[in-house]
Amino acid sequence: MLNRRKFLTSTAAVGAAGFAALHFTPALAQDAPQIQIFVPAAPGGGWDQTARTIDQVLRSEKLISGSQITNVGGAGGTVGLPQFVNQWKGKGNSMMVAGMVMVGAIIANKAANNLTEVTPIARLTGEFEALVVPAESPFKTAADFVAALKADPTKVPVAGGSAGGSDHILFGLIAKTAGVPAANLSYVPFAGGGEALSALLGNQVAAGISGYGEFSEQVKAGALRLLAISADKRQDGIDAPTLKEAGIDVELFNWRGVFAPPGVSDDDKAAMIKLVETMAKSDAWATECKNRNWTSILLAGDDYAKFVTEDTARIGAILKDLGLA
Amino acid sequence: MDTLSHLAHGFAVAFTPTNLLWCLVGTTLGTAIGVLPGLGPALTIALLLPITYQVAPEASFILFAGIYYGAMYGGSTTSILLNTPGESATIVTALEGNRMARSGRGGAALATSAIGSFVAGTLGTMGVAFLAPTVVKYALKFGPAEYFSLMVLAFITVSAVLGSSSVRGLTSLFVGFVIGMIGVDLQTGQPRFTFGTAELLDGVDVIIVAVGLFAVGETLYMASRRYAGKDEIVPLKGSLYMTAAEWARSWKPWLRGAAIGFPIGAMPAGGAEIPTFLSYAIEKKLSKHKEEFGTVGAIEGVAGPEAANNASAAGVLVPMLTLGLPTSATAAIMLSAFQSYGINPGPLLLTAQANLVWGLIASLFIANVILVVLNLPLIGLWVRLLKIPAPQLYAGILVFATVGTYGISQSPIDLAILYLLGAAGFLMRRFDFPTAPVIIGMILGPLAETQFRRAMTIENGDWTVFFRHPLSLTLLTLAFVGLVGPHIWAWIEHKRTRGPEHVPGDA
Repeated sequence: MLNRRKFLTSTAAVGAAGFAALHFTPALAQDAPQIQIFVPAAPGGGWDQTARTIDQVLRSEKLISGSQITNVGGAGGTVGLPQFVNQWKGKGNSMMVAGMVMVGAIIANKAANNLTEVTPIARLTGEFEALVVPAESPFKTAADFVAALKADPTKVPVAGGSAGGSDHILFGLIAKTAGVPAANLSYVPFAGGGEALSALLGNQVAAGISGYGEFSEQVKAGALRLLAISADKRQDGIDAPTLKEAGIDVELFNWRGVFAPPGVSDDDKAAMIKLVETMAKSDAWATECKNRNWTSILLAGDDYAKFVTEDTARIGAILKDLGLA
Repeated sequence: MDTLSHLAHGFAVAFTPTNLLWCLVGTTLGTAIGVLPGLGPALTIALLLPITYQVAPEASFILFAGIYYGAMYGGSTTSILLNTPGESATIVTALEGNRMARSGRGGAALATSAIGSFVAGTLGTMGVAFLAPTVVKYALKFGPAEYFSLMVLAFITVSAVLGSSSVRGLTSLFVGFVIGMIGVDLQTGQPRFTFGTAELLDGVDVIIVAVGLFAVGETLYMASRRYAGKDEIVPLKGSLYMTAAEWARSWKPWLRGAAIGFPIGAMPAGGAEIPTFLSYAIEKKLSKHKEEFGTVGAIEGVAGPEAANNASAAGVLVPMLTLGLPTSATAAIMLSAFQSYGINPGPLLLTAQANLVWGLIASLFIANVILVVLNLPLIGLWVRLLKIPAPQLYAGILVFATVGTYGISQSPIDLAILYLLGAAGFLMRRFDFPTAPVIIGMILGPLAETQFRRAMTIENGDWTVFFRHPLSLTLLTLAFVGLVGPHIWAWIEHKRTRGPEHVPGDA
């Protein structure tokens, strides 16, 4: 009995020690500020990874002494947003990670709060999207794909993420440019990247649209063919034209950025913009972006605010065409 | 033979003292979070992601794999003892496991689930090591049409858990469908049954429903009967662990559970819940002790599903390691951990990162051993929980269920749902409606719906697709045979024996 108890306490101790080691971080220089990051999504997703990478880089660059990350997940960020707007009002040294997905979710869910209520700090990263087909597909180029779409959109099922998300939006934009009515599209939404990918590898759909990073390894291995990417210009090491080069006048970045709460002072806002800009220009940030297939598309302050307004209008229009707004 | 030398190399990686320690930490942590409803392996690994900045890739993946397997072991403990499933994959375990605990065989239920998990986990891991490339080829053949047909087959087989009255069972099943539909519809982006509540847009977590109906409902029911009933503590009957008869009844369900769980886990949309339902239904059909199901608790009904969920946990790793396909929340987060090391998980992972992958697979074998060694001695401690007098025990369950639910998303709305469902569970018990079909309906209903609509979108509304695809046709035929087979068989038997007219019962 004693042995068993001893065994139990020692395992518990190992567990506890492990946990403590993981969560204990030595305090850094005292003059650097403490910040709070609000993530309107559950741990693990894109915004959460962005927040944790921001935290990591800020700390390794000694720009902050520490940070606290709060996750309030749900409904594309529209559960967390009201909380950030109401409960975090006026808090300096705090920011929320959000992005294009939230713009779409606010419109589609007819949410009570929107991004005009928070203080834009900076756009940080973007993931351009990729249009791919299975290796055996008859489509060799993006033009082939568009031609088939024009001939009969119902015969070209396209896999992607949830309805109204960035993948669906890009499909809508491509169809719009090609003059195909959005209502006739055959879009097959999948819950996670893995499921959409397996539908493509199993040859169950004609094409797929998702963030380039979801497909990059399959493309390198030759299991998928990359027809085009939605970036603004050709990318190093990616052997595919942009949609624009392929004759489809569409450009789309699934962007992510940070916002301060409403009602922060001008000084706090300026300090936050400076902090984020310094971080985004650091080498450590560049390395993280490279590892994660994020394109750095830094845009700060008022320019960012203007961009958010324009993007909201663009996304609103295409969601209306797709019957989602 | 190539595989064996890779595996040997993997063990060399995993057997370093540091990596063994990480494995131990991971399995211990995993068991703990498996016990808590709400805290799942996906969330835990997500919270631990920052350690990828500090330690070597091998060490962090060994830690994550330990958490992943550990959670599968731990989840069954609370299902059996407290009727409070810690993970969605252990919901079925509660059905027979908790009955066994209440008839004094809690130790045996825990033992069969721990040893069954070990057996199936080891078989599953061997499957990952030796069969992965073959299995994944077949798994990819499963498209929406095949999944829908698989769901049809699942619906037919799980009718076994509907209980004695089909009308009541089906009522519960449809209640589950409705709960499962709450939230934004994936196919169209439209909210359903959300009544303008933003918190409901993502749907209701199946764990909350299971804990509400099983644990809270049960607690309310016990409380309501306190005046009439007498306070009894069930004494432990027989050996603490399994008797020879229980071993004999367990080993076949373990193997069958592993055989069902691994391939379904390897399918991109397979999941861990469906194999547990199927295993339970099959064990109930094959058991020589049918009368124990739903009464005193049948050990087969614990052994099979527990083996199935561990084998499916191994199966999930197949598409992840061979193709870089994340098919569960946990796998997705593990893949994002690969990325923070600058490793892009894809079809070349197995060759480009052989050290890492084989070290991971070897550590899975070790994790299984550690887990069974960790869990068997704990049984003696766990069963003492059952010696707590009912009022205190049920109060504890209520606290545990509340804290666990709040832990899922820190949302008060979730707590309201928990207690509403608890009240519903109480009424269902009071009026003799089975609660398990609600959970089954909630999991299978939306899956079947989604796959059906996907198949229709892809085929432009041509429903013959379900008969044109050979795999789909096979599954539908199996379902059809399962549905009418027993009736035809009974009719033939009846003709042959010319026995007295069958009196239709209420079943």
